[in-house]
Amino acid sequence: MWSSIALLAATKPIRITAMPDILHFEFMRNAFLAAILSSVACGIIGAYVVVRRLGFISGGIAHTAFGGIGLSYYLGLNPLAGIIPFSLAAAIGIGLLSRKARIAEDTAIGAFWAAGMSVGVILIGLTPGYAPNLFSYLFGNILTVPNSDLQLILLLDLLIIAVVWLFDKEFVAISFDEEYARISGLKTLALDLVMLCLIALTVVIMVRIVGIVMVIALLTIPAAIARSFSQSLYRMMATGILLAGLFSIAGLWLSWIFNLASGATIILVAALVFLVNALLRAGKARQTAC
Amino acid sequence: MTEPLIVCDRLCVDLGGAKVLDGLSLSVHEGDFLAVLGPNGGGKTTLLKVVLGLVRPTSGSVTVFGKEPGCAAGRIGYVPQRLDFDRSFPISAMEVVLMGRLSRKKLFQRYGRQDRQKALEALETTGLASLAQRRIGALSGGELQRALIARALAGEPELLLLDEPTASVDPDMKTTIYDLLDQLKKSHTIVLVTHDTGTIARHVSRIACLNCTLDMHEPGSTLGRSALDSLYGYPVDVVEHRAPRSHETYPDHRHA
Ligand SMILES: Nc1ncnc2c1ncn2[C@@H]1O[C@H](COP(=O)(O)OP(=O)(O)OP(=O)(O)O)[C@@H](O)[C@H]1O
Ligand SMILES: [Mg+2]
Repeated sequence: MWSSIALLAATKPIRITAMPDILHFEFMRNAFLAAILSSVACGIIGAYVVVRRLGFISGGIAHTAFGGIGLSYYLGLNPLAGIIPFSLAAAIGIGLLSRKARIAEDTAIGAFWAAGMSVGVILIGLTPGYAPNLFSYLFGNILTVPNSDLQLILLLDLLIIAVVWLFDKEFVAISFDEEYARISGLKTLALDLVMLCLIALTVVIMVRIVGIVMVIALLTIPAAIARSFSQSLYRMMATGILLAGLFSIAGLWLSWIFNLASGATIILVAALVFLVNALLRAGKARQTAC
Repeated sequence: MTEPLIVCDRLCVDLGGAKVLDGLSLSVHEGDFLAVLGPNGGGKTTLLKVVLGLVRPTSGSVTVFGKEPGCAAGRIGYVPQRLDFDRSFPISAMEVVLMGRLSRKKLFQRYGRQDRQKALEALETTGLASLAQRRIGALSGGELQRALIARALAGEPELLLLDEPTASVDPDMKTTIYDLLDQLKKSHTIVLVTHDTGTIARHVSRIACLNCTLDMHEPGSTLGRSALDSLYGYPVDVVEHRAPRSHETYPDHRHA
């Protein structure tokens, strides 16, 4: 994992020499930094999301966070001040409802998803005047990441790495065989909630990059591609980080050249590679079948 | 005599509105090697899950190592019946076996050299050492089952709960596993769920026939054809049950 982070850091100067005109601007430098930093969280947490099939729950957490954006607009705060508590509350709420209250998980997710969006819509409607940058929270705008947000992303990255490092064997256990984890004396519900909260924090990071609507794609696609090459969960995380970083940087570059929406371009690059990888694998499977 | 490891007293379990276990009383003592036979759906897996604390009894009581089920994590090794793991999960056989050490570690404590050592020994015992680094999805069904047995052994448990551990292993490995169990029974208490009606009698000290209710067979008795036929509902091999050499006779637990 560490070596690939170092590798990612090392690719930066190469990019700088390859694209000096782009990186001449501070906002562009910030955009590349944001892309790289967010890939770290994305690759690590994406691995859990994919192996535990938490994609839908991640979508629920992200969309519930829209309520937080509405609240921040209404109160005139930094949107992150609303997104963080809302996504954490969604993670814990959906986790508790589906695991404790015998409510089907997709029902709990759907309820939070829609309720969060509704709260956001109503509060934004109540806020006088035009809501600036609303679009960028829905669909991401990596070109407007200020220094303060970069610091926050770095902080959240470090927090995620630390928690994953600490809960290493527990997370592997509940992901691979929850029943065995339980009889080994692990508090699986608590561990589950911790993992969901880490997803929530990753969502907070990703909202800046690709926006609420497209978070799921960047959480799942790099990790899903990585899984097919990886012997262990850690390798999968490392490969996921690398891929997420490549997709973000390539998408950012293409969006700059062709003057496209950055978040959407990043997602399309990821989806394209995913499709090609899937087709190649399908072709290989067919060859061996004949 | 010491307190039994497992005591079930008039245990009843309802699942989805249906009675799965009905008024089951049973004690398993230290050094026992108990085989649990019974037809599909007879409640064998459910009984093990009650002992593990995964399923709550509807009525009646269960104690394991003198405590509530689920409180003796580090002392029990469990081989589940189900093999439907996510085969695309990026995890090696070694890492799966290391999970057996989980109950011996504290939160935040990482697996150390001793854990790896024990895991490797367990893999050697089950003949999987050469596949230690193989991804779980690349193991055959029987190899996976052996990995799960290795996982149970890696935790150095006192009590082994094995749910059809030989269901998908080849005859050679089956013999190896029974030889292994013969070794383990000297120092372990074993509860084995199995359908190997023909072979188990040579190895175990007691046989329980479970079909919602329980029928105990003590050392020296022969589980007659009629008893087995009525248990399974179709003809099966007669289980001849010889008393193992130095084995004390336990108080009767007949609940026919
Ligand atoms: N979660 C559940 N909800 C409802 N019924 C269940 C549940 N789990 C098991 N049962 C029922 O309980 C009964 C006993 O199941 P159990 O798995 O204990 O049988 P078994 O003796 O292990 O069978 P097999 O030989 O097939 O492994 C079955 O009739 C099964 O349908
Ligand atoms: Mg069973």
